[in-house]
Amino acid sequence: MRIVVLGAGNILLTDEGLGVRAIERLPLSYCLPPAIRIIDAGTSGMEMLEDLEGLDALIMVDAIRAGKPPGTPIRLAGDAVPVFFRSKLSPHQIGLADVLATLELLGRAPKYTAILGMQPESLALGMELSETVEAGIPELLRMVADELATLGMHILPVTAEAA
Amino acid sequence: MSQRVTIDPVTRIEGHLRVDVEVDGGKVKKAWASGQMWRGVENILIGRDPRDAWAITQRICGVCTTVHALASVRAVENALQLEVPVNAQYIRNMIILAHAVHDHIVHFYHLSALDWVDVTSALKADPGKAASLAESLSTWSGNSKTEFAKVKDRLTGFVGTGQLGIFTNGYWGHPAMKLAPEVNLIAVVHYLQALEVQRHANKVVSILGGKTPHIQNVVVGGVANALAIDSQAVLTVERLLAVKTWIDQLADFVKNVYLIDVAVVGGFYPEWTAIGRGIVDYISVPDIPLDGKNTQFALPGGHIAGGDLASFKEIKTHNDAYFKDGVSESVKHSWYQGGKGPLHPYKGETRPQYTDFQEDGKYSWLKAPTFYDKPMQVGPLPRVLAMVAAGHKPTVDYATHALELVSTIAKIGLEALHSTIGRHAARAVACAVEVDELARQWDLLLASMAKGDLKTFNRPAFPKGEIAGVGIHEAPRGVLSHWIVIDDGKIKNYQCVVPTTWNAAPRNEKDEPGAYEACLAGTPVAIPDQPLEVLRTVHSFDPCLACAVHVVDQETRAMVSVKVA
Repeated sequence: MRIVVLGAGNILLTDEGLGVRAIERLPLSYCLPPAIRIIDAGTSGMEMLEDLEGLDALIMVDAIRAGKPPGTPIRLAGDAVPVFFRSKLSPHQIGLADVLATLELLGRAPKYTAILGMQPESLALGMELSETVEAGIPELLRMVADELATLGMHILPVTAEAA
Repeated sequence: MSQRVTIDPVTRIEGHLRVDVEVDGGKVKKAWASGQMWRGVENILIGRDPRDAWAITQRICGVCTTVHALASVRAVENALQLEVPVNAQYIRNMIILAHAVHDHIVHFYHLSALDWVDVTSALKADPGKAASLAESLSTWSGNSKTEFAKVKDRLTGFVGTGQLGIFTNGYWGHPAMKLAPEVNLIAVVHYLQALEVQRHANKVVSILGGKTPHIQNVVVGGVANALAIDSQAVLTVERLLAVKTWIDQLADFVKNVYLIDVAVVGGFYPEWTAIGRGIVDYISVPDIPLDGKNTQFALPGGHIAGGDLASFKEIKTHNDAYFKDGVSESVKHSWYQGGKGPLHPYKGETRPQYTDFQEDGKYSWLKAPTFYDKPMQVGPLPRVLAMVAAGHKPTVDYATHALELVSTIAKIGLEALHSTIGRHAARAVACAVEVDELARQWDLLLASMAKGDLKTFNRPAFPKGEIAGVGIHEAPRGVLSHWIVIDDGKIKNYQCVVPTTWNAAPRNEKDEPGAYEACLAGTPVAIPDQPLEVLRTVHSFDPCLACAVHVVDQETRAMVSVKVA
């Protein structure tokens, strides 16, 4: 079983980087087995091809603009994922979506993909998350844990005693 | 009657580039390039420790992470006049070159080849004929009839599902697409093979840099790689031998596939050697330092005026006042508070003043850099021309080889490089030079280690008071400079003048257009709502706006809009 939990986004633009900030905290909050790889993808594209090929599951954590109040947790899975990745109108925009489309072409796309995130509040310049989004991070991490549990990977919180 | 065509954004990856063109009589008459995102990273850096700047600046852009990291440490080292151990230079050089090779391969095959190659036409190709043609041009092992037939089948199946995926919404069947089905099939086969090969370059960066996409080994004063002949925990000879295997595979692909494909595409689109000339004042900087003080370089750079190689003036070191004093930036047409005229980057200000798109006023978040008050073109073309002018033999040889290959299809000379297709050719030539230099830097590192030199770091010390420095780097897209002012060990000012700022600049203080704007003038446009030709010219620069915004947008599906007014 090969699973990647990937944080995407630009940490210089406050909540735009919530995916990266969340996955940075994941190993501090949960005990992770070696089968789960955490990747800080930032805003990169084709460099990720090798890391994402032939996966059993990809859980992508990102800021998601869904017209909801800031901090609202959002989960896209099943049919919502290909719709979201098919939204391009030009063959020239290689980002993570294109890496996945390329893996599709090569027949090596992840067997399962889910996108977890939150509605951002601020996309202003800065390296800190907004208070609203910051407060939502523990819930977002719980969503990652739940997603992993549906894949048969039960991860446990790092308890105060263990820490 | 003129028509206005707006393409917004031209690329998604590194922020938003909007291009407006006024089309009259089937040709672009006037053009405006507009950066649609504010990149104010400079403001985040003020007050911070200069030793941390590289880790922050490498987040500016998802494609150019390493180049900003390296330019940043060079800026701090330049301010301190701190020498760097040669081993650190070799390791940095290998990261720089592997990144450049990666960038060029991905740019040609995955970001721009589909401007010229019609994927759907490849379905009509005869794999046998395609293989004979490819084999007549190259010794590449991946050009067999079996391989071509296999890819054609796979492509047919993929298109048959009705979902083109990565190939969705290309301008398939556009009248400006001119390659024969067999040539299109060759290009598609190489597109897929390039996907495999690009990993090798990424692995080199990842082994040397500790991690990709964000390298971790760079420090002010050198690199954090501990070198050892045998220890497991560090960069060992064994790991370096793996690096060498990847370098050799990259070299095979670059010379026997990439360079040849670009020549073939160029040969079948000879009219594009007369389109996209624009600004022929070129600037590049020397890079791949061979000493600790950045005074000797493997790859030369400098300034060329008016496209005349005889005018070449070399920039000799990274302390060369000719470069340092020549750069300034105007904000007359940019969304920043101005009124002080063009400012040198040490004095540069980043205070936003948004006005909406005003074609005669302010219309871009990019500033307009100039070199001695003139707009410049930067990138692989200026780099290759400078190296040819400097008599750099490997560049002269690869450039001659590429032009001879093209001339077997359509007769052209060096002059043809000042064009849209010429920028692609120059990038392939640069890539061949860079992959050879990558192998040479590997040799230099091993030779240095064999002599017992394992030093990779000199500790920086920050003085009281104010110092300033510039980190200069010839990045894949051209001249990159980070300018830093440090006061009592803290950052007082920081300005990044990035390659795409030079090329995609708005009009300057004297209202002269930037490189994209100038190069678009005269570009033909057959169908205004399918402005393939405009994209060809813009993509020939490998646009990168260094301000990646990456929010998943569930509401608005259209990420690119083409408007004809």
